[in-house]
Amino acid sequence: MATPRSLVRSLQSLRTPSYQSITHIRQSAFSSRSKIRSNSSLLCRSRAGVPLLRPFSTSPRCQHGHIHPPKPGEELYVTFIDKEGKEHKIAVSKGDNLLDIAQAHDLEMEGACGGSCACSTCHVIVTEEDYYEKMPEPEDDENDMLDLAFGLTETSRLGCQVVMTKELDGMKVKLPSMTRNLQASDFGSKS
Amino acid sequence: MASIAKSWLCASCRRKTSVSLAAKSRYSYSTASRHDRPLRMAVVGSGPAGFYTAYRVMSKVPKTKVDMFEALPVPYGLVRFGVAPDHPEVKNCQEKFQEVASSPDFTFIGNVSIGNTGGHFAGCTIPLASVLHHYDAIVFAYGASKDKKLGIPGESGLQGIYSAREFVGWYNGLPEYAGLAPDLTKGDEAVIIGQGNVALDVARMLLENVDVLRKSDITEAAIEALLKSRIKRVHIVGRRGPMQAAFTIKEVRELMKLNRVGFHDIDMSLMPDEISKLPRARRRLMEIMMKGSTANVDEALKSWSLDFCLSPTEFLGRPDRSLESTVFERTLLSSPFDPSSSVASTTEKLTIPSSVAFRSIGYKSVALPGFDEAGISFNDRKGIIDNDGMGRVLQINKDESSGSHLPGVYCAGWVKRGPTGVIASTMEDAFSTGDAIASDWNSAAPFIKGESSSGWEALRAGVEHGKCKVITWEDWQKIDKAEKERGLLAGKEREKFTSTKEMLAAAS
Ligand SMILES: Cc1cc2nc3c(=O)[nH]c(=O)nc-3n(C[C@H](O)[C@H](O)[C@H](O)COP(=O)(O)OP(=O)(O)OC[C@H]3O[C@@H](n4cnc5c(N)ncnc54)[C@H](O)[C@@H]3O)c2cc1C
Ligand SMILES: NC(=O)c1ccc[n+]([C@@H]2O[C@H](COP(=O)([O-])OP(=O)(O)OC[C@H]3O[C@@H](n4cnc5c(N)ncnc54)[C@H](OP(=O)(O)O)[C@@H]3O)[C@@H](O)[C@H]2O)c1
Ligand code: FES
Repeated sequence: MATPRSLVRSLQSLRTPSYQSITHIRQSAFSSRSKIRSNSSLLCRSRAGVPLLRPFSTSPRCQHGHIHPPKPGEELYVTFIDKEGKEHKIAVSKGDNLLDIAQAHDLEMEGACGGSCACSTCHVIVTEEDYYEKMPEPEDDENDMLDLAFGLTETSRLGCQVVMTKELDGMKVKLPSMTRNLQASDFGSKS
Repeated sequence: MASIAKSWLCASCRRKTSVSLAAKSRYSYSTASRHDRPLRMAVVGSGPAGFYTAYRVMSKVPKTKVDMFEALPVPYGLVRFGVAPDHPEVKNCQEKFQEVASSPDFTFIGNVSIGNTGGHFAGCTIPLASVLHHYDAIVFAYGASKDKKLGIPGESGLQGIYSAREFVGWYNGLPEYAGLAPDLTKGDEAVIIGQGNVALDVARMLLENVDVLRKSDITEAAIEALLKSRIKRVHIVGRRGPMQAAFTIKEVRELMKLNRVGFHDIDMSLMPDEISKLPRARRRLMEIMMKGSTANVDEALKSWSLDFCLSPTEFLGRPDRSLESTVFERTLLSSPFDPSSSVASTTEKLTIPSSVAFRSIGYKSVALPGFDEAGISFNDRKGIIDNDGMGRVLQINKDESSGSHLPGVYCAGWVKRGPTGVIASTMEDAFSTGDAIASDWNSAAPFIKGESSSGWEALRAGVEHGKCKVITWEDWQKIDKAEKERGLLAGKEREKFTSTKEMLAAAS
């Protein structure tokens, strides 16, 4: 069910032409998107971890969205390799899923269906087979959506379905380029 | 539906239209860098393509101001009027659209159609020429408002033949088809022509237990008609084979799992011998079709089949002009196991009794009035705006050579790519258009050189002067709230308003 996201609603009610942007949230060291973002916009997350385009804000309420800050000493690490090939090593807690983690750290992962296994926009590629093998097998639902993912590989998973566990500590995942590189020739302009 | 469309031109546009448009029949475009001020962009259409393009450009070009025009009083395009009511999770993308709309740099202008008058566009109309005068850039993301026809005898003269677009629009509350009232009581067999995901959506509506649908945002009228339905047997008919089918596995699995709904075995002669050697996605799709349904056909209440290699040739009616059956011609695949195989017709005919038939062979985009004058090239055969693949719209070129890009004019979504692709592919494609706009702006490429770039501020006086009601985002939120409240009373997620009149009333 499309759950009403209270945060989204409260943000909407904040709609106001004047804004103070809080850039400090965005300044996460591993933000790949910050360079393309206007200084008046800011990424933030809804309850399900959907990033919010926030051109204004008065409080940093959605700083951590749906992930849980790891307790000192209990950190697990996962590394995302973004489309430019840059690595982002992130300390996370057990139980958080890769979609929420990526969005909480401003990495480019869309999650159009809000993590309900219905869109494939959270596709990740596990770089080492050992880690892939350590995960519970994908369910039919996940495999069905993976079948539609662009650039599917043997070690592809849906980020929203992968939950961090101790066994996955140290895992690396790649964010595939979402836009197929369309060539002008794919579109016979006048045919 | 009667149209009370109001067309108008602001005074300066009227002058300009009569002089420069008529004389030059082309637009003028600036070559100067616009870095000295923010980009002002118009988006035509509020479906996923419009919202994702706006989002991308707003993220990449600081301070961009976006005005989004939507012909209907309500946003989201096919997310509201296409996506099946029992797929609420697919509609979660609306949350992103709400975030975009909550930016102070974004203005939603609902109930305002660009160019189109008549049909179901009962609201206000602004001629395309006027819009072009007041923006640096325009993005066409208006989707596909028509559907493809079969062009066979009986198609338009008989009762009981519906296009999937009408039927889907009807159960989803699209004002254009609120009055469709399909009769599902004439008999127990239904034929769906086409084997894409829309065909499977239609089949699921006919086969699914109404109690499952009742809690969704399906319209009350649809629930009533489905409760009365006598349909027990659904044929989903394709002109090619299982290896060429357009539907995807998730949707097939859903049908296979329906409670007390059986699936008739498929024709195994069309299956490759070594399924295990097929690429993953095809293999899994073939496997699920071979495995069949959870319910046994003999014990099921309703059943369905995938009928392959049949191309419709004629609809036959009863004396009272109601549909009786559909005639098909058997086809022969040139290369049965090749997903891109073509088919040839044979002389063998097959008649399937059909108390109702649905044509689900694809939607279709059409050009907007004013394209020719603006020099915008529309490809009627493909039903897309000619573009360079990145969404840069090409100019009409008389000499058939491929045209050059019209500065500042872009397209995204189904009108750019054709009427296929799920929301994820529409998003991708909108992002590529957004990237093209950002890179053009940042490299000081030419954009539209209009009268001004004051956008909606320049246009609104004319629209409001025409006395038609413009729906703002706040107005839409009132409609949204009212629909949810109605839903609460009916024990469902939302009860949609199915006429623009009701929508406008809820907004005021
Ligand atoms: C029946 C059906 C079911 C689907 N189900 C799914 C699904 O379950 N999952 C999935 O991922 N995808 C699904 N899709 C595909 C998905 O809906 C499309 O990929 C997507 O909506 C295309 O987006 P768009 O913005 O190009 O067009 P649209 O969504 O059609 O949006 C176009 C908008 O432009 C407006 N407009 C038209 N003309 C004008 C004008 N002249 N002026 C102003 N506004 C105008 C229209 O009113 C509309 O709001 C489905 C499609 C259909 C047809
Ligand atoms: N749940 C979902 O994810 C979902 C739901 C609905 C829609 N969608 C998406 O929306 C898009 C549109 O779906 P769609 O079903 O309208 O289109 P589609 O996927 O293109 O399927 C069209 C079907 O019609 C057939 N067809 C076309 N012309 C025909 C003719 N003249 N005679 C007989 N058959 C003909 C095609 O057969 P040929 O292949 O032989 O041409 C094909 O089987 C698709 O990308 C779909 O995936 C997704
Ligand atoms: S977010 Fe949609 S499938 Fe994972």
